Amino acid sequence: MIIHHPILGPRDAQEFVYLGDASLIGRPDGLTASIEEFHNYTYLRDNPAGAHRELWYHEQGDRSWLVVTRNTVTHEILQVELARDVARAEGRSK
Amino acid sequence: MSQSNRIAGGLIDRSQTLRFQFDGLPYTGHPGDTLASALLANGVRLMGRSFKYHRPRGPISAGSEEPNALVELRSGARQEPNTRATVAELFDGLTAQSQNRWPSLKFDALAINDRFNSFLTAGFYYKTFMWPASFWEKVYEPIIRRAAGLGSLTRLEDPDTYDKGFLHCDILIIGAGPAGLSAALTAGRSGARVILADEDFRMGGRLNAETFELGDQAGAAWADAAVGELASLPNVRLMARTTVVGAFDHGIYGAVERVSDHLLEPAAGKPRQTFWRIYTQRAILTGGATERPIAFENNDRPGIMLAGSLRAYANRWGVAVGDRTAIFTNNDDGLRTALDLQAKGVDVVAVIDSREGGALLPGIRHLRGAEVIDSAGRLGLSSITVRQANGATEVIKANALGVSGGWNPNVNITSHHRSRPIWRDDIAAFVPGTGEIANLSVAGAAAGTLSTHGALVTGDASARAALESLGLTAKAASLPKAEDAPVRITPMWYVKGANRAWIDPQNDVTVKDIKLAHQENFTSVEHLKRYTTLGMATDQGKTGNVLGLAVMAGLTGKTIPDTGTTIYRPPYTPVALGTLGGRGRGQEFKPFRLTPSHKWALEQGAVFVEVGYWLRTQWLPKAGETEWRQSVDREVLATRKSVGICDVTTLGKIDIQGTDAGAFLDKVYANTFSSLGVGKCRYGLMLREDGMVFDDGTTARMGQNEYVMTTTTANAVTVFRHLEFCRQVLWPDMDVQLISTTEAWAQFSVAGPNARKLLQKVVDQDISDAAFPYMGAGNITVGGLRARLFRISFSGELAYEIAVPTRYGDAMIRKLMEAGAEYDAVVYGTEALGVMRIEKGHVAGNELNGTSTALNMGLGKMVSRKKDSIGMLLSQREGMTRDDGLRLVGVKPVNPTAELKAGSHFLKTGAVARAENDDGWITSLVYSPHLGHYIALGYLKNGAQRIGEKMRAVNLLAGTDTEIEIVSPHFIDPEGERLRA
Amino acid sequence: MRYSGFRILKEALTGHKGWGHAWRDPEPQTSYDYIIIGGGGHGLATAYYLAKEFKQARIAVLEKGYLGGGNVGRNTTIIRSNYLLDGNEPFYEFSMKLWEGLEQDFNYNAMVSQRGIINLIHTDAARDAATRRGNAMIMNGADAELLNRDQVRVMYPFLNFDNARFPIKGALMQRRGGTVRHDAVAWGYARGADSHGVDLIQNCEVTGMRIENGKILGVETSRGFIGAKKVGVAVAGSSSKVMAHAGMRLPMESHVLQAFVSEGLKPLIDGVMTFGAGHFYVSQSDKGGLVFGGDIDGYNSYAQRGNLPVVEDVIEGGMALMPMIGRARLLRTWGGIMDMSMDGSPIIDKTHVDGLYFNGGWCYGGFKATPASGWCFAHLLAKDEPHVTAKAYRFDRFLKGLMIDEKGQGAQPNLH
Repeated sequence: MIIHHPILGPRDAQEFVYLGDASLIGRPDGLTASIEEFHNYTYLRDNPAGAHRELWYHEQGDRSWLVVTRNTVTHEILQVELARDVARAEGRSK
Repeated sequence: MSQSNRIAGGLIDRSQTLRFQFDGLPYTGHPGDTLASALLANGVRLMGRSFKYHRPRGPISAGSEEPNALVELRSGARQEPNTRATVAELFDGLTAQSQNRWPSLKFDALAINDRFNSFLTAGFYYKTFMWPASFWEKVYEPIIRRAAGLGSLTRLEDPDTYDKGFLHCDILIIGAGPAGLSAALTAGRSGARVILADEDFRMGGRLNAETFELGDQAGAAWADAAVGELASLPNVRLMARTTVVGAFDHGIYGAVERVSDHLLEPAAGKPRQTFWRIYTQRAILTGGATERPIAFENNDRPGIMLAGSLRAYANRWGVAVGDRTAIFTNNDDGLRTALDLQAKGVDVVAVIDSREGGALLPGIRHLRGAEVIDSAGRLGLSSITVRQANGATEVIKANALGVSGGWNPNVNITSHHRSRPIWRDDIAAFVPGTGEIANLSVAGAAAGTLSTHGALVTGDASARAALESLGLTAKAASLPKAEDAPVRITPMWYVKGANRAWIDPQNDVTVKDIKLAHQENFTSVEHLKRYTTLGMATDQGKTGNVLGLAVMAGLTGKTIPDTGTTIYRPPYTPVALGTLGGRGRGQEFKPFRLTPSHKWALEQGAVFVEVGYWLRTQWLPKAGETEWRQSVDREVLATRKSVGICDVTTLGKIDIQGTDAGAFLDKVYANTFSSLGVGKCRYGLMLREDGMVFDDGTTARMGQNEYVMTTTTANAVTVFRHLEFCRQVLWPDMDVQLISTTEAWAQFSVAGPNARKLLQKVVDQDISDAAFPYMGAGNITVGGLRARLFRISFSGELAYEIAVPTRYGDAMIRKLMEAGAEYDAVVYGTEALGVMRIEKGHVAGNELNGTSTALNMGLGKMVSRKKDSIGMLLSQREGMTRDDGLRLVGVKPVNPTAELKAGSHFLKTGAVARAENDDGWITSLVYSPHLGHYIALGYLKNGAQRIGEKMRAVNLLAGTDTEIEIVSPHFIDPEGERLRA
Repeated sequence: MRYSGFRILKEALTGHKGWGHAWRDPEPQTSYDYIIIGGGGHGLATAYYLAKEFKQARIAVLEKGYLGGGNVGRNTTIIRSNYLLDGNEPFYEFSMKLWEGLEQDFNYNAMVSQRGIINLIHTDAARDAATRRGNAMIMNGADAELLNRDQVRVMYPFLNFDNARFPIKGALMQRRGGTVRHDAVAWGYARGADSHGVDLIQNCEVTGMRIENGKILGVETSRGFIGAKKVGVAVAGSSSKVMAHAGMRLPMESHVLQAFVSEGLKPLIDGVMTFGAGHFYVSQSDKGGLVFGGDIDGYNSYAQRGNLPVVEDVIEGGMALMPMIGRARLLRTWGGIMDMSMDGSPIIDKTHVDGLYFNGGWCYGGFKATPASGWCFAHLLAKDEPHVTAKAYRFDRFLKGLMIDEKGQGAQPNLH
């Protein structure tokens, strides 16, 4: 597969490490969340057959974490974003 | 032996003679021959035996679809099984052996199976061999396994090398027949970066096997000219002997280039084959078509071949397979073979044409509405039985029969993304499905356009479309005039009443087997395939799959498309495993990482151990030491007595800087780091989000906004990845920067009562206890060179870790040893390191197993609940906080001379060794020279409450059962007086 | 019809006219007591045991494609019970015992062949872990042996002992491990279930579930609504898709695992072996092909096909371990979709919907589990309580912190 890195252009997917569903961006706060909320965040997945937003890390590259939107049936890649931008857009800060 | 079947013409170089051997007999051939064409030229039709019935087998094809003529090519360690004689390029000195026969190809004892064919039907083994139960493994299966397989491996290491490479282009064209050459000319002339790959050693595809002309040139001559022009274009790469084997995601294709298979052995420094990953914007499949047979009784004898390959042997290789040749066809292409052979002077004794009516071929006995209903000949064809339109049967003497059941487009690669081919009634064949593989188009015969004119036109058009989509302009093409015969076929798949009529001649799948599958309701195409093994042979059903499907359709009364289709999987043709393995063999399987002291250690005769990709000193034997324990015990004792040095560079090192560095560490560590004073170190415990311990190490605060983290060797990469995730994704606005400096610093542990004295001789600053107390950290200098010093201990001794830039690592170990000479300093390896950390009760890899919590390790209090950190909350789940859960304990044998083994399980005295009595296990075990007996760490249920309890360590694998005492994991200096000294 | 050598003899002499359908193709009835969704190995085994062992009736298996077309037809055919953890080992050993009597039980030769499996050891730490695991196996009633380097060498002299990047130091062996002809397992269970009256309904895709007041009433299918008192889902690879019909999100991801077979070769490797320093495991089939595999591709996929990096990685491992296979050829690759669960272990449990039961999350351990999975799922369906060997396979183990994590990789499915 080839991932079109927003900064570096087309790169072989072999340069990347896969983590999983981009819902992992939405980590609850451990001091306020319940164990059940944290369990849902850590363990449960939509796991769709179709468009899937997922986290890839450019380990053999610039160390960017990316959010790749990819079709899990055809493997077609629809969108690639810097995970940091996505995280900020989702309201994450520090 | 003379080439008795060689006739005039062909694309072989008769000025040179090549000598070769098959089954020990010498033969000759010419450059341009394949092993099959040369054997046929020498009158050899029998080349193999079938898998199940051991029936005699000769080639049916002249290409990579060949199921029958499989041989063991070459000898010794280079022997390769199952090589298709039809694609093995002849070279001087070639040797080959027939396979799957004993004692000889002509007399094969297991041909007896053929006599029992009525028992050995499809799936017969599923219905028997069940009683008595133990007989399957003891009796039946060993017999079956001994008979399994086709060719053999020698069990010798493959002496050849293999390469891998990467290529990039705009347009990849797969197949260099008329469509591929046409596409390549259009694309190449327009300036696009083109790769044209063909599995054959001679480009041109079917043009090399035909007699018709393109423009005013012979087809092969036109192909030569086209290849010549393409070779002159700098933007075109021609890759003959290169099979594109698979289509993968996003325009990546795998291809095998047979660099040296046409040579006696590879030239010095050259690989046997190269595996290419080709990255392309567009691909055009011009892979041609494959002829299929018609099934009739006993249609599997050597001499019975696909009609188009008889034609190819005559036209391309100057070989007449037989001197009395018949043709059996259901379409016009079979007639073309008859005419070509006749023109070559071959005696065509009859054309059996299943179609009725129409014009008769001139000058040939052309039987319309007729069928071949049987054949004879023990090791090769001697006659056929023909049923004429009026029902009369006749035996016709013939030693070659060409069969044409029509042509199947080579759709294989188009279904590599699991798209299903679609049926076209007009050509009675499947053509590629649409759209599944992005940016792949199909042209020529592969797309179902079976005339030469059509190939040229669609090849050109596909290239134009590809160019246009890439924003390039195609130049006008001038295509030569070429034959444009329509496909005239009346489908006829198998002769009615045929039973032992072969569909898959390698696996011996016959019409009878398909009938049985139908009878037993294995009618789904996938069930058919799996039940009968149809299409599972080395040709993957290239000639037989559609035929088998058609037979099943006939039985169910459904149409062929309603019956289904099977899709093809990569690779297109089988690929040597060596090629896919490339250079990653032996010592080159994975890279080596060497520590800065490696060269020095090598000089000293160190014994090394693999730690991930690292090689570390395991121990360093002194003269006279014959057992590893002698060296390790000495290293431990010398370190505890005076001073020892260990290269700890392999530990992960991460620089963490920024105004939020402390806050960041508070998030990623279970304990707190923002409160750590500048110039201080702290042991840190890192959890995964699921609350299990991920990693540990010491982290030092080098400045207000600057920390240096160490990780375990094993997790250096994963911890860094995780920190980047936390930094970029979870807390994107934190002002914190990370860089891995694992390779930047050579780091040595200096441990033992004399560590300070030794180091003081080396460093420029005062490192007295007052100036550099326990858990101190700072930037220092060594002879003016920048360095880092940490007063931390893994051994329980007064100890430091000193880091210098890696390029000074070799100088540093030499300097430390020189300075340490007066203290009898030793270097200690990973074994002694392990002994000392277990004596001190520190956890390491065997305890950090990914299923252990801080509580399990006795470190539960380190998890701060005053702040949110990774893993904090989920570490509090009820199943992970049980009071009676596993706890880290120390273990010692009650009898000090007793041996223990890591991995032994804990059982109460008197308890039976069953799972319900399992109380835990020994994680790590060493012999402590200091204490004079084995000591161990382990996880024990409710362990913290069981100190002092006597129980057993049981190792059922070795049959040992040893009385032990549970003790504190801190075997030496539990109060930590030494390390604070 | 009973299969036997005698029967074959008789049929051979009478033109094989007597063989009937291996199973019927019935039209679905309007309702059943039990519907099993998924006609793969686990679904068919569940129906078989439900009818035969638990004496239940009015059972249907709904299969969207053809019987045995899922992972039971695309795996590497290995059976073993060499697990470490208490939650797993009793279950897999139960499965092994069922394998050992399976053919006589369902009157079909599935070629259960216990030629032994070895896990190669390349480091001291791996030996420690193997020792711990071997002891756990024996304590759970399984067999295990620890082999040293010389013993491995006698068994497989052609492995790379002399020039290995990661030297072979020994192996953990289970002699009762081996292989089974995978398709025959599906067909044997299908034929057995059919003969006990189970309706096997092919080309019947479940498109929805009818749930009212927290209770399941039946399933919507491509062949219409079919009512049911109890519905069991066993659709490995598609679990998330099917359970979404009940509004559930599962602790799992779908991943592709590639598998490989070489051209047929004369006998070379007797048993099963796994490389401990790379991603590679191999056995040789009764037809002579080397059947091998390695790691999953690592990204979520429903595509049943993979990519080159893993192909090359697996075969590099093979060449590193056995440099003599270089001139053998790869014949075919394929891919299966794995339910990769969050701890690498499966789930056999009730759901929050009354009458809806789930079986899935098998990662790449599903084939060897087939008999026990069927038995335990049938037990749960029939008795509403878990079988004693499958008690730990609960949904709520993640909430309670009772993960069954053999590899210790945590909540990252692609690492299990």
